[in-house]
Amino acid sequence: MTAWETVIGLEVHVQLATRSKLFCGCAATFGADPNRNVCPVCLGLPGALPVPNAVAVRLGARAALALGSTVHPVSVFARKNYFYPDLPKGYQISQFDRPLATGGEVRCESPDRGLVAIGVTRLHLEEDAGKLIHDWVPGRTAIDLNRAGVPLAEIVSEPDLRSPTEARAYLGVLKQVLVYTGVSECSMEKGSLRVDANISLRRPGGPLGTKTELKNMNSFANVERALEIERERQRTILDGGGRVEQVTLLFNADAGTVRPMRGKEESHDYRYFPDPDLPPVVLSRAWIDAARAELPELPEAKRSRFQSAHGLSPYDATVLSAERPVADYFEAVVRAGADPKTAANWVMGESMPGYNEVGAFAVSAVRLAGLIGLVKDGTVSHPAAKRVFGELGAGDEAPHAVATRLGLVQVRDDAQLGAWVTQVIAEHPAEVERFRTGEPKLLAFLVGQVMKKSRGKADPKAVSERLLTHLEAS
Amino acid sequence: MTIAAEALAVAERLERSASLNAVLAWSRPALEAEALRVSRIGSDGPLAGMPVAIKDNIVTTDLPTTCASRILEGYRSPYDATVIERLRLAGGLVACKTNLDEFAMGSSTEHSAFGRVRHPLDPDRVPGGSSGGSAALVAAGVVPAALGSETGGSVRQPAAFCGVVGVKPSYGRVSRFGLVAFGSSLDCVSVFGRTVSDAARVLAAIAGHDPRDATSRPAPPVQVPVPRADLRGLTFGLPTEYFPPDLDPGVRAGVDRAVALVQALGGTVRPVSLPHTRYAVPTYYVLAPAEAAANLARYDGVRYGVRRGAGLDLRSVYRATRGQGFGREVQRRILVGTYVLSAGYYDAYYAKAQAARVRITADFEAAFLTGVDALLTPTTPTPAFRAGAKMADPVQMYLADIFVSAVSLAGLPALSLPAGRSEGLPIGLQIIAPSFEEDRMLSIAATLEPHLSATAEVR
Repeated sequence: MTAWETVIGLEVHVQLATRSKLFCGCAATFGADPNRNVCPVCLGLPGALPVPNAVAVRLGARAALALGSTVHPVSVFARKNYFYPDLPKGYQISQFDRPLATGGEVRCESPDRGLVAIGVTRLHLEEDAGKLIHDWVPGRTAIDLNRAGVPLAEIVSEPDLRSPTEARAYLGVLKQVLVYTGVSECSMEKGSLRVDANISLRRPGGPLGTKTELKNMNSFANVERALEIERERQRTILDGGGRVEQVTLLFNADAGTVRPMRGKEESHDYRYFPDPDLPPVVLSRAWIDAARAELPELPEAKRSRFQSAHGLSPYDATVLSAERPVADYFEAVVRAGADPKTAANWVMGESMPGYNEVGAFAVSAVRLAGLIGLVKDGTVSHPAAKRVFGELGAGDEAPHAVATRLGLVQVRDDAQLGAWVTQVIAEHPAEVERFRTGEPKLLAFLVGQVMKKSRGKADPKAVSERLLTHLEAS
Repeated sequence: MTIAAEALAVAERLERSASLNAVLAWSRPALEAEALRVSRIGSDGPLAGMPVAIKDNIVTTDLPTTCASRILEGYRSPYDATVIERLRLAGGLVACKTNLDEFAMGSSTEHSAFGRVRHPLDPDRVPGGSSGGSAALVAAGVVPAALGSETGGSVRQPAAFCGVVGVKPSYGRVSRFGLVAFGSSLDCVSVFGRTVSDAARVLAAIAGHDPRDATSRPAPPVQVPVPRADLRGLTFGLPTEYFPPDLDPGVRAGVDRAVALVQALGGTVRPVSLPHTRYAVPTYYVLAPAEAAANLARYDGVRYGVRRGAGLDLRSVYRATRGQGFGREVQRRILVGTYVLSAGYYDAYYAKAQAARVRITADFEAAFLTGVDALLTPTTPTPAFRAGAKMADPVQMYLADIFVSAVSLAGLPALSLPAGRSEGLPIGLQIIAPSFEEDRMLSIAATLEPHLSATAEVR
């Protein structure tokens, strides 16, 4: 049986990180009581008019520029007409034939194909709809319009993805770029990132097959899973000589199934036309250039700079550049004087577990650099420094002060060291004899005995030197 | 007269004029509240207690806003339109809400869900529309001025029928925030006045950029005109397309007399051509319904207004609410508008109409570029017609707007000035000016006004 090639394209909606909605001053925040963040405009009351949110336009343009898209000097808001109770005006204000931006690409790592560039078809701005709540009032449907009018960017990919795994990788990179640039929080749980996936199978090199659309995936992993399930479903149909029907499917994560949306799929005619309430969005060349200049260093560039400038391994560079706060923190530690490779180990080993848990760094970059310095100059041992790190989070005490308070500053007092060394030599005559007669590994045993006496406070290097001196002299 | 006394007098006049059916909502307490508000903040404002009637498609918090539709029966807006706020700031007093064709769709005010408005001079005739209630109240002397709205002539045409001044400003001159949308790219809050001065005072009060309306434009304020000594140095164009052979003889006589007066006052008159005029009505009746179909989608019975079909499924609720809530003319336009935007028809209708709109606008621009300062035309092809005369034939009704539609499509300012009477019925002279040249237009009107003897028979 000939192999099928999988063809996937993704439509991603992200909520733009504005304070207010796309066409009114209502808060765009998540989690308010139902119908609190509403006004005549987003309720679609008679006579109310939309006024575009300039910040949303700027964030949309920034996203587009970060993806290498062309931001158009003129784009047009259009009305997408359909009736639904979560849509107050009976139309959604979106962009249709003149989107904010077209073109661009997302580069991601494919397990089968290596680094692949996935084309971006377009990025446009639109308002979100409200939300129907079916379990609020028994037997009835409640409507929460807090979300109505929240600004979204819809990012449509080309059908360039060839496997569910690639789709997931694409989403990871896209999210990373959008979070990096401050365009969106990209939280699937809060609904600030939503994915619809189109998938079809074809003979390699042949014409595109009939596609189906998958909805209702609540994580990247579920996007991948839903695509795998649908790929298998289509493969079975096609292998059996059947035809795939063009339908919209809802993914059920619990059952691990995809099912056609309730009711017969209707072919919608949205009757798009330019919204007469909104003049075209006109962006000057200078405005677009300024938006481009505002872009931060993107993850890909940062990753390669971490390798070239800081000498990090590809793995470390990837981990440390994955999130902007982590990258900024790492670089601050380096700027505060720490050696980059050591800093990388500390950030990945000690700082990141806490960051991943609470989303913030307990120990400031400057204090971490100070602690790394204490290890470097031998003030504390590496294991002791880890204990100091654990204590640092609590307050603003200097690393050295914490080490002193915990009694972890290494003892380099010659007299004390000398006394411990003399005692250990006296207490272990057999081991001393064996060392002298050609068993050098016994030095480690003797060092260990001294360390034990010092309760770990002696500097092992100094102990070792002192022991050798004594053993050779006597 | 004190403002409180003025409010009382308005109340009495409103009661006496009830037979016109021009008013949908008013109340003595609301009038008293208006008077109190004005005497506190705006009694020395430019409108100084002037009572102004408000077309019932402009939202107000104190009185219901129904658009003369069953679907909004009893609807109370939680906010006031920008023009209402500005009216009050200038010392104006909201007198009442006036009857209209449902959602401003019509040319006779017969398409109101709450009954037709009667012409003040002949109850068997229509006052024009869709702002017929506002026009009739000003003509009957109930109020000196009123707000109406224009999408395609809905103030100028009834102003001509009723013998009052009707001013449509440039698109973008007056905020649409709080004007219930019909055809958003055409809608303009517009003004009726007993005199040019009254209309201009109200227009000056409500005009100006509004950050809540993205289509409103900043511009220097509108000036209340001072009549000129003469019209020397001004050139007037007479578009040949506006003087067809079948023009009503009374209307022709009225406009001829006005043109002769313009010449007598030193104005230069010459013919011009606006060749795409004949496409104006069909273009309008594609674009306005297209926009209306979307604008009226929000009346679905879900959030406010009337809901029918309780207990039925969603689709049935929509069908019952909109089927019973909207009148026939509104339903007709929603269907037309939906059709012209449909896949497969968009290019043939909507896109073509947009292209025609560009040509129609270019006609005016070309005429003004030849050195014409303003255009003079009849406002309507006939005087006020009899009630019922055009109800059976929508196209005949649409053609009542033949001389006013093109101006709306071009977004220009225009004004209808009473120019005498034919067999007792008023005739309107339309003055059209370039975009945002309201001052010129108003000063021409103010100069002609005292010479035109508006109630004189012209035939």
